[in-house]
Amino acid sequence: MYGLGIAKSLGVTMRHFIVTYLDDLKWLFKGGFGSRYTPEALPERQSPSARGIFTIQYPDEEPPLPERFRVFPFHVIDPETGKSRCTACGMCARVCPPQCIWIKRGEDPETGRPAKEPAEFYIDVSICMSCGLCAEACPFDAIKMDQDYEVAAYERFDSLLWDLDKLTEPQSYDVVLHPSDYATDDGSSQ
Amino acid sequence: MADERQLSELTADALGALEEQFPGVAQPAERIGLVIEPHQLVDVATFLRDELDFAYLSCVTALDYPEATDNFPARYEAAYNLYRSEGGPLVLHVHADRDDPVIPSLIEIWPSAGVQEREAWDLMGIRFDGHPDLRRILLWEGFEGHPLRKDWHEPYYEEDQKPFRSRFPDGEPVLDEEDTTFGRNLRYPHDWVEDGVLEIPEGWESEAESAVYKPLELVAAAVKEELGTEQVVLNIGPQHPSTHGVLRMVACLDGETVLGLEPVLGYLHRSHEKIGERNLWLGNMPFTDRLDYITSMYNNFGYAVAVEKLMDVDVPERAEYIRVIMGELTRLMNHLVSVGFLCNDLGIYFTAMLYALEEREFVIDLFEMASGSRMMCNYFRFGGVAHDLPDAFMPMARELVFERFPRRIDELETYLLDNEVFQGRTKRIGVLPPEAAVAYGCTGPLLRGSGVPYDVRRAEPYSVYDEFDWDVVVGNNGDVFDRVLVRFGEMRESLRILRQALDRLPEGPIQGGRVRPNTRVPEGEAYGRVEHPKGELGFYLVSDGGTNPFRYHIRTASFVNLGVLGELCRGNKIADVVAILGSIDITLGEVDR
Repeated sequence: MYGLGIAKSLGVTMRHFIVTYLDDLKWLFKGGFGSRYTPEALPERQSPSARGIFTIQYPDEEPPLPERFRVFPFHVIDPETGKSRCTACGMCARVCPPQCIWIKRGEDPETGRPAKEPAEFYIDVSICMSCGLCAEACPFDAIKMDQDYEVAAYERFDSLLWDLDKLTEPQSYDVVLHPSDYATDDGSSQ
Repeated sequence: MADERQLSELTADALGALEEQFPGVAQPAERIGLVIEPHQLVDVATFLRDELDFAYLSCVTALDYPEATDNFPARYEAAYNLYRSEGGPLVLHVHADRDDPVIPSLIEIWPSAGVQEREAWDLMGIRFDGHPDLRRILLWEGFEGHPLRKDWHEPYYEEDQKPFRSRFPDGEPVLDEEDTTFGRNLRYPHDWVEDGVLEIPEGWESEAESAVYKPLELVAAAVKEELGTEQVVLNIGPQHPSTHGVLRMVACLDGETVLGLEPVLGYLHRSHEKIGERNLWLGNMPFTDRLDYITSMYNNFGYAVAVEKLMDVDVPERAEYIRVIMGELTRLMNHLVSVGFLCNDLGIYFTAMLYALEEREFVIDLFEMASGSRMMCNYFRFGGVAHDLPDAFMPMARELVFERFPRRIDELETYLLDNEVFQGRTKRIGVLPPEAAVAYGCTGPLLRGSGVPYDVRRAEPYSVYDEFDWDVVVGNNGDVFDRVLVRFGEMRESLRILRQALDRLPEGPIQGGRVRPNTRVPEGEAYGRVEHPKGELGFYLVSDGGTNPFRYHIRTASFVNLGVLGELCRGNKIADVVAILGSIDITLGEVDR
């Protein structure tokens, strides 16, 4: 019969429509008004068994990030030396596909010979493609990938050329981001 | 590899047959395939197609050898990859003079050569004699030179290999943007620039612009005389919501009927291949993510498969299974999105699309969990994958694949396929006969929708696809509706593969070699292809043993499939053009590269 298929389609949308209210009611009985939009409810709302409205109310709510989530690179401070583990070997700059890393090797103040640390280290985040190859290539685990994705800036120039100050974070910061890296106690395993 | 021997057998057989028919015209090429003398190329091609059944011309590309190689002098070269239903590729190389490279066009034998020869002309400057419409396809007509030639250097970044010294002049950090401001990273025809100031000559008119309209005007004139009616030339795009990106279509209309239609490409061209030649082998991996940005995992897959052909590295079982899992999740996601967007084009607006996107969100969550990025995954490595699956992956993947996706796909199918309005808009629209589909080199659901059961996963199994139990889905009528049916079928088949792969996922290492950023790939030449959700994705790679590719060509399904768009739209109504385009399922990132 002509029109039966259209009726079926309408039935599908109708079911979706009704389910959103049923899901709201479920949460209302479970936790009271507004409980659907709490951080505790978020994982369940985003799980494969979720029903109802699927959206996240960003920025009021923030989605949980998996450990491997990556945005831009940063330097980890080695707690033993208090400095970055970077030896200015240039591996990251070599592998970086869009050429956004710029390293200047430091000099030993006494001998004047090249030192195993960067004097300057810049990342042009305006062209960084967040591929994570630098963190993978780094032989000393000095570079890790940050998870801060709210990095919008008001101008395109100075605020997007990140220097060593901006890039360096204490190890405690990295422990929170990548706990499984530290689970094997030496802190160097991937 | 056993594959290798079989291929050379095929080539040897072809060489024997050619020697009998055309003595002296063919000889073994430097690395793979045969070298054909240009003066008899058309005859040889006809013979290969008609007598030896090489019906499908997969990839046409051009190479530049500025230096003499072991057996041949310096030259430009065109390479054709031919397949028949039970084997391939047979690679034909045709050499061309360096001063005036001319090669006969094969568009009459395989229409799929049409767009690809235009691309080779555009980027490498080989003139294809007999091509009816040989003009630039990706670059604009004011562009000077042919960028893939080895002696063409990108202004400002002129080195052959990254890292570019000019990227950081005077040892100071600079924003990339300051280097590439408008006017300094471009080259114009000589008479356009005077004292460093760009002045487009008075009265200059784009030849390509008029060339676009020329074939259409002829059509229009013919009909006009016959009926005495007026024709309209209508530009759709490049900024149009239903062209899926920056695609421009120039249509000639008689009332509402399309008399002729010409896609105009290149608005998103970003010289992927030239960049790729100067990248490290591994550095190209994140760039492949950006080809077809919906299905980055499968682009990774294709590139990894192609490079591994050269590298002779064993991929561990577990890594292969992970690859297949990622690949099939990608296919599922791509088909959901493509069906959803087709509905959007048809005017069902966001309902179906958002149902599809909701499911896609789960797949993306899985990718994010495994690779660290939602869309630009950069997950595959030569010899394996970048990371092992995290603990949370399997429970979620299992729940999705076994519980949620089958239910949701059924629901979407009920929603669409029984709907009379949807059927009315898609049935008997944009019919592609199987012969035309093969001739135009169509692949993927477009080809299978026309009833040709050709799938690279079955025809030339890569990875571990031969260990799974699954079927190739085909349609009957070759119309828009059948392509949608094929996509639904393939989603189910993907789920079938996924169920087996998730059940049988072995333990073990995920990397067969050592991932080194500056991997050297042994000297060689290979064409690696995979069944990307949109069709055949092929990488034609030439290595000179260095840390970056000597030649890096990508044959993308969207690009070649678009070659048949004009043919498909002719005689249909203008409102159906968007439906037909949606059913081909293109991504402009892949078309324009």
